[in-house]
Amino acid sequence: MEKRVTFGKWTIGILFAVPQLILIFTFFYWPAGQAVYWSLTLQQPWGGGNIWVGLDNFRSILANADYWNSITASLVFAGVSTGLAMVIALVLATLTDRQLAGSRLYRVVLIWPYGIAAPALAMAFRFILAPEAGFMAAVNKFWPGFWDPGLNGADAMASVIIAFSWKYVGYNFIFFLAALQAIPRSLIEAAAMDGSGVVRRFRDIQFPLITPTIFFLLVINITESFQDSFGIVDIMTAGGPANATNLMVYKIYSDGFKGLDYSGAAAQSIILMLLIIALTIVQFRFIERRVHYR
Amino acid sequence: MVERTPILNFFTHLILFAGFVFCVAPFVIVAIAASHNLKDVNDVPMSLLPGSDFFVNIKTAWTTADLGPKLFNSFVMAAGVAAGKVFISALTAFSIVYFRYPGRMLIFWLIFVTLMLPLEVRIVPTYAVVANVLSPYQAIMDVTGISWLIEKVSGVQVSLSLGLLNSYTGLIMPLIATATGTFLYRQFFLTVPDELTEAARMDGAGALRFFIDILLPLSRNNMAALGTIMFLWAWNQYLWPLLITTDQSHATAVTELKQLIPNVGGAPEWHIAMAGTLIVMLPPLVVVVLMQRWFVRGLIATEK
Repeated sequence: MEKRVTFGKWTIGILFAVPQLILIFTFFYWPAGQAVYWSLTLQQPWGGGNIWVGLDNFRSILANADYWNSITASLVFAGVSTGLAMVIALVLATLTDRQLAGSRLYRVVLIWPYGIAAPALAMAFRFILAPEAGFMAAVNKFWPGFWDPGLNGADAMASVIIAFSWKYVGYNFIFFLAALQAIPRSLIEAAAMDGSGVVRRFRDIQFPLITPTIFFLLVINITESFQDSFGIVDIMTAGGPANATNLMVYKIYSDGFKGLDYSGAAAQSIILMLLIIALTIVQFRFIERRVHYR
Repeated sequence: MVERTPILNFFTHLILFAGFVFCVAPFVIVAIAASHNLKDVNDVPMSLLPGSDFFVNIKTAWTTADLGPKLFNSFVMAAGVAAGKVFISALTAFSIVYFRYPGRMLIFWLIFVTLMLPLEVRIVPTYAVVANVLSPYQAIMDVTGISWLIEKVSGVQVSLSLGLLNSYTGLIMPLIATATGTFLYRQFFLTVPDELTEAARMDGAGALRFFIDILLPLSRNNMAALGTIMFLWAWNQYLWPLLITTDQSHATAVTELKQLIPNVGGAPEWHIAMAGTLIVMLPPLVVVVLMQRWFVRGLIATEK
């Protein structure tokens, strides 16, 4: 889409774009380029020279069992939390869309969790899921040793996933509800006239019509699970126990800023960048074209 | 409601109510835990009747984590990011939509690409840039020989240095450097009728006048939506403030929360931790509740 009427003096036009360009150059393109450069050199933290090492940083990372462990943990986390958050949100949105009495209340309340900072909700869940106080403690009283995120890696992963899903149910809910409400009422009513029940209508009309939203949310949820998980992991588990929740962004942070391994952290950043770029391209190219039923 | 389905309606209510409880329970539990004393909060199972120490705990959490100045820092950062975004994105979108200059598409794509890489994945080099924000320009001048030239001509050795660690500017600027808002404005500007521009030009208005007197007032809704979203997003930032505020004076409320985690071996002071959590949770929650309409609108519009 282009404007028919524009302004002639394009020097002014460029001036309008300059502040943004300076910002993204300084805080986006330069650091991104820097990350590529660091990943290919061996850099002494804070000063000293850097030696060109080619792809050695990548080789040593990819040969490291800890890194693969971190990738596996990230994928498990992304898969399970995205699945949970999306399925719960879809069920709640579909039911809210039936517009029974009280659905306005749900529309208001269900998005609250999304407004909360990841570390704050992590703190809340750390207490709720703590093995010695809070609520899982009651469960532990009946089955001693049933739940201990401090020692058991699977329990720790489960707590992180619960906290993350709680936040993103609200987010997905908003989008699902918006998509469902965009479906013309007449379509639903016509189908009901033809004798299809609620489940049938969902399967044959609503679900196909909201597939673009589903794929969109799928990509967003996975990307967010790589980024927004940092606060949750840092507060709840700090990557432990035994690296069970050492997700990729957390590992970049701890290697780069605690271990002072800039080159290794940069190489990890590049791999994560490529992963996210790939996901974004999948979203824009593949999904936007294939999934179109309207 | 198309047909009568009493059984399904019953289950609809049941499931929705369960979802409601699932969403609200953590807030309630945090609030109740914040009202207990040390002994009651560690009771198994914890009593769901509120205790009487609510204000005492809030006060303790407030002083322990020094939340007053921290909340102020959070507020400055969030407001700064929101205002910066609302302003700078409007400028850029205006430039992209209303002008035809060479390289316009290049600028469009340069900005578009920034959507792909969130701050979290390029955190280490961004930190280095903020430590000396002029280092990119220094490097460019070194490589192109400009600094050599200046040194020869004037005898001054060029070393640009401006550290932004522990400053509001350092907190805010990198968070503004993305494209999120630009495309929101772009979509909106494209729907503004051309006749309006023609009329303005007929009346002798230049680009700047048109932008300030017509376009900006028209985009008030967009500004509210974008501002709300960006305020919340910035308030909830954790990793970035954690890194660049090495000094306590600029730490934000969200990063300070970590101070309240009961340490292993110490007294399990969950009531204080939960009181602190409640304080940090409250401002964004209030924004969501009061600005719900803009929040939902901004959320859906910025992502598309």
